[in-house]
Amino acid sequence: MILHYKRAIQDILDHKFLNAVTIITIAISILIVSAFALFFVNTSDIISSWQKDIRIMAYLRPDIPRADIGALKFKIQDFDAVKNVKFISKEEGLQMLKDQMKRQPSLFVDLKENPLPDAFEIRMIPTSQIQEKIEGLTTSLEALPEINDVEYAHKWLARFTNIFNLFKLTGFALGGLFSVAAVFIVANTIRLVLYTRREEVEIMRLVGAADSFIKAPFYIEGIIQGALGGTIGLAALFVTFLIVSSNVQQSFAPDLFTVRFLSIKVYGALIFCSTCVGWLGCYLSLKHFLKP
Amino acid sequence: MIDTQSKNSIIQIFHVYKKYGGKNALTDVTLDIPKNDSLLISGPSGAGKTTLLKLLYLDEKVSAGQILVDGMNLARISSKRIPFLRRKLGIIFQDYKLIPTKTVFDNVAIVLEAMGKQRRLIQKKVRSVLRTVGMEERIDSFPPILSGGEQQRVAVARAVVGDPIIILADEPTGSLDSDSANIIIELLKKFHTRGTTLVIATHDKELLNKIGGRIVHLKQGCVQPSA
Repeated sequence: MILHYKRAIQDILDHKFLNAVTIITIAISILIVSAFALFFVNTSDIISSWQKDIRIMAYLRPDIPRADIGALKFKIQDFDAVKNVKFISKEEGLQMLKDQMKRQPSLFVDLKENPLPDAFEIRMIPTSQIQEKIEGLTTSLEALPEINDVEYAHKWLARFTNIFNLFKLTGFALGGLFSVAAVFIVANTIRLVLYTRREEVEIMRLVGAADSFIKAPFYIEGIIQGALGGTIGLAALFVTFLIVSSNVQQSFAPDLFTVRFLSIKVYGALIFCSTCVGWLGCYLSLKHFLKP
Repeated sequence: MIDTQSKNSIIQIFHVYKKYGGKNALTDVTLDIPKNDSLLISGPSGAGKTTLLKLLYLDEKVSAGQILVDGMNLARISSKRIPFLRRKLGIIFQDYKLIPTKTVFDNVAIVLEAMGKQRRLIQKKVRSVLRTVGMEERIDSFPPILSGGEQQRVAVARAVVGDPIIILADEPTGSLDSDSANIIIELLKKFHTRGTTLVIATHDKELLNKIGGRIVHLKQGCVQPSA
């Protein structure tokens, strides 16, 4: 085995330019794929943080007597996925509005009648905050005769999630394409090395070397190219991340979310994938070259 | 049929034909080579000598007929078994076929490395064989700086380092001066006396006379009756 490693390293050193091109190609592919992964990881985090605290407002019809409020509250409380229900009278609502708009008191000066309806503020159980459950609950609320209108601020989140998923799919497709391109580049590099060494390979076969003996150093070479390319790509991404993340964090609200790098698990998976790219390129090339 | 194999035979060739395109390179060749024999295949250029050797180490496959080498039927051998067949053979080529980017040591050691031998054993064996062929002092040299005779001595060392049971030599003295040719002839005789079967293809009359042994004459791919 040591002999195969020595031969592989010697080959890399003998064909520095070819190997450098391959390693850089793999590094660029991994950089692009991992940049997408990083974007997805952080965007998913943001979406999750937004989804954590969904508040649904159910506005009552103006003719509902206060005496019925208690029974209605219990009815809503019994709905699936409801964590708690808070009644906000129209007077409380107006006061909250005034508090929020302290700088524009003139807006309320000429207000003769309270225009706000009574309302229920409904919070959901965190584990139930998936789009289907939210929509199910709003439909149930809208079906109640006492409810005039239902609103929740995260309606746009559903659309955003759909766009995000589409973007994710594009990312996977692009990642796949880059990986395929990298495989072919590795295959061609190994093929070029094999062509420069075809006489040697032929002689080795004639003196009794088995194909596995001839192939082993090339596979090691492919694996080294893949692993090295992947590591360089991820290192480049990490440096870029360090530079960019602090600016992003400061530009956006720092309390809203934290930008984070890929986990060790994802990091490992990407290195594994790049190693597989190296191996596969080698496999394809050797399959054609060493036909019996 | 092949079940008539003599216990003493190491190579048996039965009615072998080899065609390239529509032309016969070998026609109905039948030979029996006993263990420890020394067989010299003579004939002019294009007679089929090299083709016959290529069939023996499976660089080419027969068009018809069968060949047995140490009990292995070459018509039925799987591609995975070919390296095992070649490890029983020591092949010497007219053009030496040395790897120019490897040292003399590495060129010889490759046979033992392919066999999976230990590094220490390889060191010992390669040095010993290179000493036998008189090339120990050029152990770290690269083939392109060696003379033709020296390169052929390295090729002989590579052919014998794996202790083959048969040496196949294709015009081993073909491109050498008479002094170098004599060294090669002496080396081949030395290995033959140690019990290795020799099969040598040559049109060199001096080699035929000096090395001794049975001579088979090939003409236009056919074995000629002995005079």
